[in-house]
Amino acid sequence: MVEIGRGAPDPLAEALARDLDGAFESVVREYQDRLYSFALRLTGRPEDAEDVAQDSFVRAYRALQSYGAERVRSLALKAWLYRITLNVARNRFRGKKRLFVPLENWNASDDPSDRPDARAERRRERADLATLVAGLPERYKSAIVLRYVEGLRVEEVAAVLKQPLGTTKSNLHRAVNALRDAISESRRNRRQAS
Amino acid sequence: MTRQSKRIGQAFLARQLAGAGRYRAPATLLPAVLRRVGLADTYWRLSSPLGPVYVAHSKAGISMVSRASSPADFERAFARRHGRPVARERGVAPSSIAALVRRLTSPERRKLHYDLRSLSEFERAVLLKALEIPDGEVRPYGWIAREIGHPDAVRAVGTALAKNPVPLLIPCHRVVRSDGTIGRYSMGGSRAKRTLLSLEGAHPETIERLASRGIRYLGNPEGGYYCYPTCGGDIERVVREYRLPLHDEREAHSAGLAPCGSCRPPALAA
Repeated sequence: MVEIGRGAPDPLAEALARDLDGAFESVVREYQDRLYSFALRLTGRPEDAEDVAQDSFVRAYRALQSYGAERVRSLALKAWLYRITLNVARNRFRGKKRLFVPLENWNASDDPSDRPDARAERRRERADLATLVAGLPERYKSAIVLRYVEGLRVEEVAAVLKQPLGTTKSNLHRAVNALRDAISESRRNRRQAS
Repeated sequence: MTRQSKRIGQAFLARQLAGAGRYRAPATLLPAVLRRVGLADTYWRLSSPLGPVYVAHSKAGISMVSRASSPADFERAFARRHGRPVARERGVAPSSIAALVRRLTSPERRKLHYDLRSLSEFERAVLLKALEIPDGEVRPYGWIAREIGHPDAVRAVGTALAKNPVPLLIPCHRVVRSDGTIGRYSMGGSRAKRTLLSLEGAHPETIERLASRGIRYLGNPEGGYYCYPTCGGDIERVVREYRLPLHDEREAHSAGLAPCGSCRPPALAA
């Protein structure tokens, strides 16, 4: 099991350990876009995403209140906060099959060197990819989104998912393969259709 | 199938997925979180010697004191300064805070928590040092600069004091110019500053009378030390009893006097 709470000391965690009430606002400012984006990918609806992000920070605050200074100081904040968000969303949508829905707006950044037709093609592929990711089993989805969309390190992904590193690595590997297959399949279908 | 899938590499997937970008949290998220955990700021309207003032606070401490023309005006000023909203407090202010704002002289001042998060390390050090100036006394900007270990940063001390988010409570009005004149004040100019100092018994007119004669310290030859005129919070007594007016540290040194250990004027530089 990869423990959350190893690695280089985090200045924000240090500040929280010294003065929770004084430092907590900085934590919200630092992580609100990340947790909101992640929650939006989990839930697919801005209202739900805001609720999930809000609940996650409140839960984090209450947990920090109950931790001793040493424990707070050694927290890997980023992974810890993602994990809380994932748990909040899981509890909220338990049994509803709502986690990780495709979002329309996956084409936030286009490669400017692309020609317009290539850009359109790429945009379509991204939209397809979003749908494909959303269709993966949850254990693959969470790993893929945390690693490639949220940009966490593999160790951080393992910490968020409370998995042994090896499990995360092999889930990521399988998820990437599954996506490759699915993309090839959809490309072939499109070619046949045209 | 295999030929096709080989061309779709991990890098391609990573790039495509990262292209999803990040969404910005709505502006309502931070205030909602702070409110739910009890860290949101609220404010009271209290009476001060300078008229009504607005005093904002949260669990993190007192975050702002300001004279504003209306509650809406104060709320706007707060949001500009702190980047988060403030709401009117429904309950009444603790009597210790209300009394401190009304009377200014009180040992409560140093027991309160102040929310100085928006400030730099240096600015915080300046304000916490100003907090140490006792009731009825004043110190020059240079004193703060020296005490916090930046003797050359006199101007920066002035700038930091002008940014004091909690005037009256952190008594930046007790810091005067190095020549002894009263100097400027962010919350209503030098007239307001004189009003506050009079009320605290610092006798600003006596401070300025000495300053106009170039007198910066008063020496006590019997005790063998020299002080700022307001040392001990009773300038009239110091003027009456110390008798040896001094223009600078050199004169004090020549008279064989040492700096007072309580008000800590500068020693002659070696």
